[in-house]
Amino acid sequence: MIPHEKSPADNSMDTLTTDTATRRDFLKAGAVVTGATLAPGVLFYGVAHSRPADAPASAAVRWGMLIDTQKCGDGCKSCVTACNEENGLSGKTGPQDSQWIRKVDIRNLQTGAHHELPMLCQHCEKPPCVDVCPTGASMKRADGIVLVDRHICIGCRYCMMACPYKARSLVHEPLTEQKPDVPRGMGCVEACTFCVQRVDRDESPACVEACAKDGHNAMLFGNLNDADAPIAKALKSMASTEVRADLNLNTGVRYQGI
Amino acid sequence: MNIAFREIQAKQGYWLTMLVFGALAGMGVLSALYMEHNGHIVTGMTNQIVWGLPHVFAVFLIVAASGALNVASIATVFGKTLYKPLNRLSALMALTFLAGGLMALVLDLGRADRLVVAMTQYNFKSIFAWNVILYNGFFAIVIAYLWTMMDRKGAPWYKAVGTFAFVWRLILTTGTGSIFGFLVAREAYDAALLAPMFIIFSFNYGLAMFLLILMGLYKGDNRPLGDKLVNRLRSLLGTFVAASLYFTLVYHLTNLYFTKHHGLEAFLLLEGGIHTQMFWVGQVLIGYVVPMAILFNPATRGRGWTVIAAVAAVLGGLAQMWVTIIGGQAYPMDLFPGYTVTSSFYDGAVNAYSPALVEILLGIGGVATAILLTVGASKVLRFMPERLDDETLAALHGKH
Repeated sequence: MIPHEKSPADNSMDTLTTDTATRRDFLKAGAVVTGATLAPGVLFYGVAHSRPADAPASAAVRWGMLIDTQKCGDGCKSCVTACNEENGLSGKTGPQDSQWIRKVDIRNLQTGAHHELPMLCQHCEKPPCVDVCPTGASMKRADGIVLVDRHICIGCRYCMMACPYKARSLVHEPLTEQKPDVPRGMGCVEACTFCVQRVDRDESPACVEACAKDGHNAMLFGNLNDADAPIAKALKSMASTEVRADLNLNTGVRYQGI
Repeated sequence: MNIAFREIQAKQGYWLTMLVFGALAGMGVLSALYMEHNGHIVTGMTNQIVWGLPHVFAVFLIVAASGALNVASIATVFGKTLYKPLNRLSALMALTFLAGGLMALVLDLGRADRLVVAMTQYNFKSIFAWNVILYNGFFAIVIAYLWTMMDRKGAPWYKAVGTFAFVWRLILTTGTGSIFGFLVAREAYDAALLAPMFIIFSFNYGLAMFLLILMGLYKGDNRPLGDKLVNRLRSLLGTFVAASLYFTLVYHLTNLYFTKHHGLEAFLLLEGGIHTQMFWVGQVLIGYVVPMAILFNPATRGRGWTVIAAVAAVLGGLAQMWVTIIGGQAYPMDLFPGYTVTSSFYDGAVNAYSPALVEILLGIGGVATAILLTVGASKVLRFMPERLDDETLAALHGKH
């Protein structure tokens, strides 16, 4: 697991750490039932790392990703494979199969300059998919992650028409062997969730982890609102681009090197 | 003198019509069930061509529905009394064609079983959500409009409700056009022109359908239908076809002027294969040139020619919807201007589409449902004047 920078959820952890420390002093003095009292405290410390399940996502956070196309490995598809595995996608690439992340090859028509980059849901601040969705199934969480509510998606595919990044897929056939924490369903539209199940556990998206594991480190994930976060620092210090910046969608995913 | 309205008679022709269109509608429903059970994998639609043939038929029918109401609007709002005997059939067709179109649209949903969600959960920034409200409102208003025509108690509100229905239908077609007009991502859409263009298309397709149903019902039920009325409607159709051509011309000329759209225009007008053929042969030749050549030519005034012109306008309309909906998606989105793009998700590639039989049957099922409901309702209630021969009309309204 690659820990990402601190989120506001982590603030509660600080408080708890202090509380635990005070309690620890008290226990030291008392020297009674130390183990029994400390054990739940330690357990609580671990849980407090991530956002509690009943707490809403915070608007103080905006999750984002910076992709360095210079570091993106030629022909490497680790991010794609990791995504498929994490989210239970088949990995098939027929026209009716779901692809949440894909490797895109681009070549400049004038200069012939060639780049490879992963393309995924750009988690726009103003997502066209959310605008057009008739039922509100397409939605943006407070922390900027764009998701589809599987309970009210009617499968009209208007979001797929509206997305400038071709980020979305319709589930065209019955599914089996789904991942318990990644609900999917035939007839519903789906897309990259930034591995929301992992982010809520204080982990990075599977693609980011896989990219680092392979030594490329082309993908940086973190809180864009935290000035001390590596991603925010990187974005502040170097030139980066949004794909289809002309649309003014303020994407959460940024690229450098193109 | 008042005009007498009568139900059509349940003769052999009636039952045969009901049987044929009932079977087609049933096959549409069965296709939808098959799709619902197996998923969209059994269709030709993909993650690239996300809207297919069912949408071509559905949007055509919805647009034609609002256009079919035009005949009634001309009588009610613009006071042309010659058209007044036709206003019941006009309003009926507005309802039945909308029902047929919505049937094809709704049964194509990935989760058609969640229709109640679409009716109860609204995102008011979505044009689709507006359309759900506009369609439901249209049903209610047109039913009220029919009541003011058919029930003496409703008569005092005839003009007011008719005017409201006219305004509503203009907003409704604006909404239908804006489904595409408000899509910023794709080059073929993203144009305010699409809303007024769809309104003009609706005049055209709605009247062509109206003429065909009118002539079919009168012939089938052996009722007199005079040339005076048919020729008026013919000239009107000719004008609407010409106006459709004009809007099509402006749409493409605008795109041709902007360098950024040259790729799209080259695709639609020259290199797009089936889509290019659908445009030139379907939309332009069959949809515009043939009807205008017939409708504006005094030598081709016969009823048979009128049928050919109206059928051509309808086929041209379906071809136009193909070019707009399928052609617009087939042309790749430009994610990286100035670059060639390739990927496993078909970025940068012209997207292939070949409709499956289930889609064709669902689309035709929508059309069949519209016709089935129209004919069936004409049997049950008094939508059609007993006589529409020239003498009756002259006696009613004097010389026109």
